[in-house]
Amino acid sequence: MAMVTIDGRKVEVDAGTTILNAAKKLGIDIPTLCHHPDLAVQAVCRICVVEIEGQKLLQPACAFPVQDGMVVYTNTPRVRQARKVNLELLLARHPQDCLQCVRNRSCELQALAERFGMREIRFEHKLRGLPEDHSTPAIVREPDKCILCRRCVSMCHDVQAAGVLFPSRRGADTVVTPVFGRGLDEVACALCGQCIHACPVGAISERDDTERVWQALADPNKHVVVQTAPATRVSIGEEMGLPPGQIITGKLVAALRRLGFDKVMDTDFTADLTIIEEGNEFLKRLKEGGVLPMITSCSPGWIKFGEHFYPDLLKHISTCKSPQQMFGALVKTYYARKAGIDPKDIFSVSLMPCTAKKYEADRPEMCDSGYKDVDVVLTSRELGRMLREAGIRFEDLPEEEHDDPMGISTGAAAIFGATGGVMEAALRTVYEVATGSELPKIDFEEVRGLKGIKEAQVKVGDLDVRVAVAHGLGNAKKILDLLREGKANYHFIEIMCCPGGCVGGGGQPIPTTMEIRGIRGNALYEADRGLPYRKSHENPAIKQIYAEFLGEPLGEVSHHLLHTHYTPRQKYPSVAKAVCGEAAG
Amino acid sequence: MEFYRSHVLVCGGTPCVLEGCKGVRDALIAEVKRRGLDREVKVVETGCLGPCDLGPVIVVYPEGTLYQKVRVSDVPEIVEQHLLKGRVVTRLVGEAPQAGVVKYEEPTYLGVQERIVLRNCGVIDPESIEEYIARDGYRALAKCLTEMKPADVIEAVKKSGLVGRGGAAFPTGLKWSFTAKADADQKYILCNADEGEPGTFKDRLILEGDPHSILEGMAIAGYAVGADKGFIYVRGEYVLSIERLGKAIEQAKALGLLGSNIFGSGFSFDVEIRKGAGAYVCGEETGLIESIEGKRGEPRIKPPYPGTEGLYGKPTVVNNVETIANIPPILLNGPDWFRKFGTERCPGTKVFTLTGDINNKGLIEVPMGITLRRVIYEIGGGIPGGREFKMAQTGGTSGGCLPKELLDVPMDYFTLPEHGSALGSGALLIMDASHCIVDIAECFMRFFEHESCGKCTPCREGTARLHEIVAKIARGEGKPGDLELLDELGSVMQVSSLCGLGQAAPVPIKTMLKYFRDEFEAHINDRLCPTGTCGI
Ligand SMILES: Cc1cc2nc3c(=O)[nH]c(=O)nc-3n(C[C@H](O)[C@H](O)[C@H](O)COP(=O)(O)O)c2cc1C
Ligand code: SF4
Ligand code: SF4
Ligand code: SF4
Ligand code: SF4
Ligand code: FES
Ligand code: FES
Repeated sequence: MAMVTIDGRKVEVDAGTTILNAAKKLGIDIPTLCHHPDLAVQAVCRICVVEIEGQKLLQPACAFPVQDGMVVYTNTPRVRQARKVNLELLLARHPQDCLQCVRNRSCELQALAERFGMREIRFEHKLRGLPEDHSTPAIVREPDKCILCRRCVSMCHDVQAAGVLFPSRRGADTVVTPVFGRGLDEVACALCGQCIHACPVGAISERDDTERVWQALADPNKHVVVQTAPATRVSIGEEMGLPPGQIITGKLVAALRRLGFDKVMDTDFTADLTIIEEGNEFLKRLKEGGVLPMITSCSPGWIKFGEHFYPDLLKHISTCKSPQQMFGALVKTYYARKAGIDPKDIFSVSLMPCTAKKYEADRPEMCDSGYKDVDVVLTSRELGRMLREAGIRFEDLPEEEHDDPMGISTGAAAIFGATGGVMEAALRTVYEVATGSELPKIDFEEVRGLKGIKEAQVKVGDLDVRVAVAHGLGNAKKILDLLREGKANYHFIEIMCCPGGCVGGGGQPIPTTMEIRGIRGNALYEADRGLPYRKSHENPAIKQIYAEFLGEPLGEVSHHLLHTHYTPRQKYPSVAKAVCGEAAG
Repeated sequence: MEFYRSHVLVCGGTPCVLEGCKGVRDALIAEVKRRGLDREVKVVETGCLGPCDLGPVIVVYPEGTLYQKVRVSDVPEIVEQHLLKGRVVTRLVGEAPQAGVVKYEEPTYLGVQERIVLRNCGVIDPESIEEYIARDGYRALAKCLTEMKPADVIEAVKKSGLVGRGGAAFPTGLKWSFTAKADADQKYILCNADEGEPGTFKDRLILEGDPHSILEGMAIAGYAVGADKGFIYVRGEYVLSIERLGKAIEQAKALGLLGSNIFGSGFSFDVEIRKGAGAYVCGEETGLIESIEGKRGEPRIKPPYPGTEGLYGKPTVVNNVETIANIPPILLNGPDWFRKFGTERCPGTKVFTLTGDINNKGLIEVPMGITLRRVIYEIGGGIPGGREFKMAQTGGTSGGCLPKELLDVPMDYFTLPEHGSALGSGALLIMDASHCIVDIAECFMRFFEHESCGKCTPCREGTARLHEIVAKIARGEGKPGDLELLDELGSVMQVSSLCGLGQAAPVPIKTMLKYFRDEFEAHINDRLCPTGTCGI
């Protein structure tokens, strides 16, 4: 333990605690910019500097460890001057386009400028004039806005293991960029969007597709259908000013109707369907000696990562499409037929927590309905913008229900949005399908929570099924490396690209921290508990679609509409732009 | 992307600027353009190319031809002959740079009976281990291994009062004791021979002139702290140093003076050479470590310090070449002997590269605490043409400016900072009164802008802004408030930059503002250069 004095007040903390955290205990909020609670210490912005008695230099509070007896001052003239000049230096190289910026009002730089009352910048305003990166359908980079805090670098390397973003060049020419200044389409980027959550400013953001949705909604000839992903029902509230972790499913449905969507259906329905298909695929692999372990396939960021870094392991991945793409294929076939609408007039929108889903929808093979299965993917943040623009206020909305025939879902589908949820949902169904008897205990606590890699063993009949769950690509990498070495002794592995699972997706509201990921995940488990059906195979709408349309799990129609294949990719891919219906590049 | 047939590098290091390289650069650009070669030949300004006393220096690539003492009047011939016709202008090609040790009558001037660091330079054949051994070489190591415990070695170095000669002046014995105390399966000794300061080549001459003294000093350090592996990180351009070190390592190994179980003591020590990546900041100890590890050469945050978590996360001693060269004599002759030289607070000697407006250029070893006046007028033979002294600069990073007010202040690591300046590591660049201070300031600030690694805000943005503002003043575009802004920005950089580069970058400009403010003000208020030399 160490007793330190900060601004005249004493506090006891563990030795080695940073000054920043020690000050927090005293209620002193030291300003930061390159610091992120979940990421490695950078200590490069020098905004958080403080004075330590007996030292000539100021020290960064975010990095400097306290020692017993240390006396710290966080608010002296020298400290304030250093912070302000450093901020002034950053702003003098910054576009200051707040009014046109995607991060207006959620930007840490802007908030600091306000906090410090920056009224004058004495250095000449000089931008770096770097080109923007619009090379992918998911992520936009505006390097001129980058303040070189390197948080995205830590996220991309340490957490996501993709290692795509680097600091490059030197001095005032320094940039953070993919190698050789390439576009994100020319490197092994998972398009996970986690770098967006790392970024304190508007230098990285999602591609905004709201205008295409507004246009479709305004087009009288379009029948616009929206699907809502599991994780969005516990996050959209944050876009509308509510605290994290509110379950707002009913209000979300009402809000989407008010925006003008013709049908509001649920990705949770196809999540249940995924469990039926994937569960049966797993049982089939077990029975017929297929490739094991089988790895889940519903996270497109993980799929792209796997295609770049583990092309040799693709046969382990379930052939099931993600719930988004199952929905897309069905809305223009099953639903179109049932509703008597020409599929070419259906405009299919999906509301997702995810940036990689934008890319997935654009994959050339995702056109099994004969049309582009999903026309536009909106992230939670984009929907938030549309709702605010339309003046929809959550407090005034009633709770409404999703539309049929793809609107009923179970608790098993809801937890798809949290790490471990797909595994838990699958186990609930696999157990009962394989054994024909009811599960004694439906909650699989071992696979829940934010531990990086979770393992469990479940007795299904005579077999001890060994499962593992990894979230965040860095954790996935650990398991995949074991698998490659032949040391992953599992039958079934769940991988979700984003830390915390889809609740922490790259398209979720800002801020998304580990703490908030956990809160959203817990809300999904709460939603699960409150639902009448909690096992996918009990969903009546699922029984109905097999009876009316699909026939049987893994059957002919399923094979055509609900399953897919994967494409080995290089680490430095050349860009092949295939369009709907063409073979994958 | 544009492709050029030839690149002409014009040295923009401070010594070359003082010799008029800017005029040469402008003339080259104009001449290349006039001859219609500007799409084929690119003229680029670079940092110090090494042979500073031969400036202005230019190099033509791809041939790599080095022209020295180039005058504006030589430019048309270089363009006509070399760039147009491909014929080297032989009259401007010099010998490979080989600056020497300044010869002076030691007893007369200094009361120093022997040199310490340069004791063997120019005296022995550096490629002969026998000659080194004949001058007591490896005796200190033998003494340590056979007669002393590691703790005694550290105690002796502590007692000697030796502080690091790489710039930061950290007490060497204390540094070693941290690493000695650290508990680890592996420790390292790093010899810092990156020597990136413009106008400095003291470490190079020590390595070239007495490579075994470095190996011996490193082995002693290894014994003292419990390290069995050493690396010498040598600036890539120091080809001869690398060659001679390589030979020395082989010779020492052949005689069992490096390798396993040295002198049957059970102590083993190996040394490897690593070539520098070229950036000035790689000389900063943690940048150097990152560079050896194969990463981008950028400083790390401290703590943890290298002494406890350095190379590959292991406890690591980083010492400058000159610091290490002091080790064998200290151990051989004892700390009390060492304390006879220099001052009470700062014992020993200091090696400088004396350059600029001075009659005797080259390497000098003087006792700590000597005054600048004695260096210039007694050792350096005064200023050419009897011109008036304006200021001296003591080295790119950790150094500062010494105006004539400080001519009689003892030069050591502790006294100069009390006067707002610093001793630095190696360069001693003398400037006479004919130079414009704003011009010199611009040149310094350009160096730092160029060398900032870009990691932290105050240095990355601050060095660029210091340069921008000074450059404007130099062009006659300065405005009221500029000097205050320079002062304020400089202060913030000094206290909040991540590494020594950003912390030291404003020191020259701040001392210049302190001692030559009127000259800056004349440029701003009257659009006038009091020395009448700069381009305003
Ligand atoms: C930007 C920068 C460049 C440096 N370059 C060198 C160098 O070239 N050689 C050197 O010995 N020390 C250099 N140093 C100092 C080293 O960080 C370190 O303090 C030194 O090598 C320690 O050795 P010493 O204790 O023997 O002086 C540099 C420091 C900074 C901040
Ligand atoms: S990144 Fe922040 S400060 Fe910059 S323009 Fe956008 S909102 Fe404003
Ligand atoms: S989207 Fe993911 S993989 Fe791509 S750069 Fe960002 S963090 Fe890295
Ligand atoms: S892109 Fe954003 S997170 Fe990455 S370095 Fe720039 S400002 Fe920081
Ligand atoms: S002070 Fe300069 S050189 Fe040092 S870390 Fe900061 S930017 Fe890099
Ligand atoms: S927040 Fe501490 S240096 Fe950036
Ligand atoms: S060679 Fe030009 S300054 Fe060193």
